[in-house]
Amino acid sequence: MAKYMEMIRIRFLMMLAYRTNYYSGILIYSINIGAYYFLWSAIYGDKSSIQDLSIVQMTTYIAVSWMARAFYFNNIDREIALEIKEGKVAIEMIRPYNYLGMKMMQGLGEGVFRLLFFSVPGMVIVYFIFPIQFTTHPATWIYFLISILLSFIINTQINLLTGIATFFLFNNDGLIRAKRVVIDLFSGLILPISFFPVWAQGVMDYLPFKGISYISSMIFTEGFHGNEIFHGLLNQTLWALVLFIPIQLLWTTAKRQLIVQGG
Amino acid sequence: MDYIIDVKDLRKEFTSHSSRSGLKGAFRDLFTRNYTIKTAVNDVSLQIKKGEMVGYIGENGAGKSTTIKMLTGILTPTSGLVRVNGMNPHKDREQFVRSIGVVFGQRSQLWWDIAVQESFRLLKKVYNVPDEFYNTHMADVIKTLGIEPLLDKPVRKLSLGQRMRCELAAALIHNPPLLFLDEPTIGLDVLVKLRIREFLKEINAKYGTTILLTTHDLSDIEALCERVIMLDEGQIIYDGALRKLRENWGEGKQIQFAFAEEATHAELQSLTQGHLVLWEQGGNASNWTASVENNEDIISAVIGRVVGAKKIADLKIVEITTEEIIRNIYEEGVIRNG
Ligand SMILES: Nc1ncnc2c1ncn2[C@@H]1O[C@H](COP(=O)(O)OP(=O)(O)OP(=O)(O)O)[C@@H](O)[C@H]1O
Ligand SMILES: [Mg+2]
Repeated sequence: MAKYMEMIRIRFLMMLAYRTNYYSGILIYSINIGAYYFLWSAIYGDKSSIQDLSIVQMTTYIAVSWMARAFYFNNIDREIALEIKEGKVAIEMIRPYNYLGMKMMQGLGEGVFRLLFFSVPGMVIVYFIFPIQFTTHPATWIYFLISILLSFIINTQINLLTGIATFFLFNNDGLIRAKRVVIDLFSGLILPISFFPVWAQGVMDYLPFKGISYISSMIFTEGFHGNEIFHGLLNQTLWALVLFIPIQLLWTTAKRQLIVQGG
Repeated sequence: MDYIIDVKDLRKEFTSHSSRSGLKGAFRDLFTRNYTIKTAVNDVSLQIKKGEMVGYIGENGAGKSTTIKMLTGILTPTSGLVRVNGMNPHKDREQFVRSIGVVFGQRSQLWWDIAVQESFRLLKKVYNVPDEFYNTHMADVIKTLGIEPLLDKPVRKLSLGQRMRCELAAALIHNPPLLFLDEPTIGLDVLVKLRIREFLKEINAKYGTTILLTTHDLSDIEALCERVIMLDEGQIIYDGALRKLRENWGEGKQIQFAFAEEATHAELQSLTQGHLVLWEQGGNASNWTASVENNEDIISAVIGRVVGAKKIADLKIVEITTEEIIRNIYEEGVIRNG
């Protein structure tokens, strides 16, 4: 376990070394939140609520989804693809650790860094500009924290899957890009799932994507009540467990037919 | 007898599809593809005992790196048996990799953006090295390799030779009983090479570390290895003592003449007619080398005749170098039995 903690620390150090990149990131996220805020203000007009969400809840939803994205989002699919293409996986195969586990920890190190140096200050800035409501129920905060941790796990697992696909496709830039669009769209980041047509919501129930953003944001804005919270967390937990299966299968096959590029 | 490395009929085939040329070819490639099979390692069997330092040599593309990748468990063999440190590298992978150290001269295993000592610290945790052992052992390694001043620098800021010494230290953090080195001295200056060789000798003597080393610099092999294994197109063509190789192949001597004036090939050849002498021109028309059989009568006769006819500025008798022996073997591709 110590080695995984050490990996989180190392990644944290690496992010710290390049921290200036992130200050500009805060600005970009704020602009995004602002744009969506004005869009939704126009859509709401003088309606007090749409799909059970008030305009304040909607703004909070947007702000929190973007800030949570900073935590769960990572580029480990790209990193894995690069390591495979450059033959660096060879080195990873001679280390006494689980490569995918290590990658996940690197993602976590990155996520924790962004949470502290990006999401928290970003949230403070956004709070002063837009009408946002933070809940005062400690329980909601706890559910939210559990939920974004699960978001991180699900999103990272999907990244691992796309990353490992490089073993079979060799060049999977297209797949990685498509995955990113699909996740932003179907996770509820851009549009809450409850705004989708009913048949589409039915389809979403069978996909892991809403566990990445929609569920945690709905918990935070208190758009979910009582049992809905537990159903949401259960849904996330189940996906986190289920996704282990294809990862393990793909990884075992990949290792067997691993070809290391270069002398 | 227990062997550290025990390999039988090890084989690796790479399938690669060749693309047809042109648009029409690319279209046909969509439906049927041409496969070619390349046998990189062809039924290799070898055994290495504990504490041996073995040089693994061969031309570019002979299959050295591929063998090492199979021995370290990175690649799965097409067929054959591999036992290294008593384990199958593909089963019990985590336990197996703890018992080996690997340096690939061509690629770094340190983390690019962080200081060398952070990499060491991470590897120490990864290999579960106890503090007391780490402190004494690594202090020693760091001192012998002279990398103390490099520890707080990020790897991307190191020169090749500086990095390579750190790579070697990193491979030894857990003091493995078996060390694989794939071209560890590629691109290094003489001093760093010497330092690395001294260091390898030292850990071999101190811990009985077994070392399998590939290199294109035969002086590495001469300095370190009693035994060489020579590979050609995936097959072992020689496995034995380096000394033996020299005895079988290096029977000849070379006489290097520096004449006071220019000389021609025809002129020299007519001088030494009657003996088997191979004349080769050196740097300029007044420098010539005569390769002869290692026989005092012949050497004396050749020198006598040449000196009698031409003015001499310098004269040297040298044995044929290992490099030349190996070159001859690569060119002929077979071993002449002695
Ligand atoms: N991934 C691969 N796909 C197809 N062929 C490969 C692959 N890797 C190596 N080969 C082929 O296998 C042969 C042996 O390669 P290898 O890297 O083992 O050579 P080497 O002895 O290490 O050479 P060098 O001295 O140049 O490092 C070469 O002919 C090479 O083209
Ligand atoms: Mg090689």
